[in-house]
Amino acid sequence: MHPFSYTRVSDTRAALDAGRRGGRYIAGGTTLVDLMRETVERPRALVDISALPLREVTVTRRGGLRIGALVRMAEAAAHPRVRALYPVISQALELSASAQLRNMATIGGNIMQRTRCSYFRDVTAACNKREPGTGCAALHGVNRTHAILGTSDDCVATHPSDVAVAFAALEATVHLLGPAGERTVPFADFLLEPGSTPSREQALRPGELITAVEIPALPRPLKSGYLKVRDRQSYEFALTSAAVALHIRGGVIREAKVAAGGVGTVPWKLPAVEGRLIGQRPSDALWTTAAERAADGARPLPHNRFKVELLRRTVERQLRVIGGGK
Amino acid sequence: MSTEPPESAESPPEASPSAPSRRTFIATTAVGGAVAVGGLTSGPSVFGAEPAGAVEAPPGSRVSVTVNGVRHTVTVDNRTSLLDLLRERLGLTGSKKGCNAGACGACTVLVDGRRVNSCLTLTVRLDGADVTTIEGLADGDQLHPLQQAFIDQDAFQCGYCTSGQIMSGVGCVQEGHTGSPEEIREFMSGNICRCGCYVKIVRAVEQAAHGK
Repeated sequence: MHPFSYTRVSDTRAALDAGRRGGRYIAGGTTLVDLMRETVERPRALVDISALPLREVTVTRRGGLRIGALVRMAEAAAHPRVRALYPVISQALELSASAQLRNMATIGGNIMQRTRCSYFRDVTAACNKREPGTGCAALHGVNRTHAILGTSDDCVATHPSDVAVAFAALEATVHLLGPAGERTVPFADFLLEPGSTPSREQALRPGELITAVEIPALPRPLKSGYLKVRDRQSYEFALTSAAVALHIRGGVIREAKVAAGGVGTVPWKLPAVEGRLIGQRPSDALWTTAAERAADGARPLPHNRFKVELLRRTVERQLRVIGGGK
Repeated sequence: MSTEPPESAESPPEASPSAPSRRTFIATTAVGGAVAVGGLTSGPSVFGAEPAGAVEAPPGSRVSVTVNGVRHTVTVDNRTSLLDLLRERLGLTGSKKGCNAGACGACTVLVDGRRVNSCLTLTVRLDGADVTTIEGLADGDQLHPLQQAFIDQDAFQCGYCTSGQIMSGVGCVQEGHTGSPEEIREFMSGNICRCGCYVKIVRAVEQAAHGK
């Protein structure tokens, strides 16, 4: 681990000052410390933001939910409002990491976490995300767990978060605070596909701080949930996953929010699947028909062709779990 | 790296030089008998503890942290993990360094009552924190109910993961995630046991939670 200076800040103004001077924010630290030890991350100055007042979960005036950036994963998962309003969020959180890590890691840090691509973590391997211009060892390497959607010739790494998949499905917004003031960014625009600049992963401006993630109000009743498919039953990243929320009234699907994880360079929203659901009556046939569109545009790699069919089945299964049927 | 005089004594070296403990035996074996007993030396550790090898004095900070009810004030290199503080500075070697990457759970301790991976916790962030390790769990000679349950259920073989399992189990019980064996398994999945004692570990957590 490279040496670094350390500052703990107690208000956002001090945080932004330190951030503007090039300090790196640290919240739970579960990704950052791990990657610093591997020398993948080499910050010269850490700014500890854990004392900032960003730890509230509040219901918004419109009936949505605002989760402070420093709410820990375990706290968010256990929060009665989260569990009642958006089970897909609490399920995604509880299927992530371990109980210890969920006690440390925060919501803001979770969506900032970096890929688990083993070549990214290996400082001796070529990786455009870690060292721009060095190439992508995963493209022709062992790429079984890599992405099939949103990839480029420069990077095929998946985004590892589960709860980000729920946020993408529910069309959350990210609240940011920077030197120029506050702004909000739709979740779909916050995490960036790699393109030719895989080292740029979020639409953050220098020194900007995540203050909250806001989930919009959705019509009720809303049924939602998260399905995660992986190599072992617990404490493992997704091969595929599906976040599904359905608003069914009068026997007809009025709203459908669907996104997939483990398959994209960013959490992968599935508008084509949603389009096949809205206005339809729930049925087994509908789940199958809708899920056929889940892997639209997929570009599998030599070792992960299985993800195409696994993704369709994952989405179909979770549509059935949430929407009903055998 | 300078060390501030602690407000309370750091743990003394091993008590009996005539009967080397398992740890001192391993340490002296690993380096041909050259390491001072007690492991409180400032040089690079045989266990790969950070920091090591920096040319000039790296940035450090003064931190007051309470461990098992005893307050310690130490100056640490900012890179020092809580796990390395416990093992290399305070002589509390019950918490184990398995993966040093948050993947195995052998280093699990309680910080302010919550179970965390001490290998991913930077000591510099813990000023004012309250840490409980496996060494602080028993009340004198009275074992914590989960320690007793691990004995009753024969929930270990080699023992390397056990202190982390027990600390994690204490957290699991406090959090109330003991409604069924399945729930215990899920909420204990951050602790890997290479001997494969999972069935008995789940039984031990059940025993501690429900007295059965």
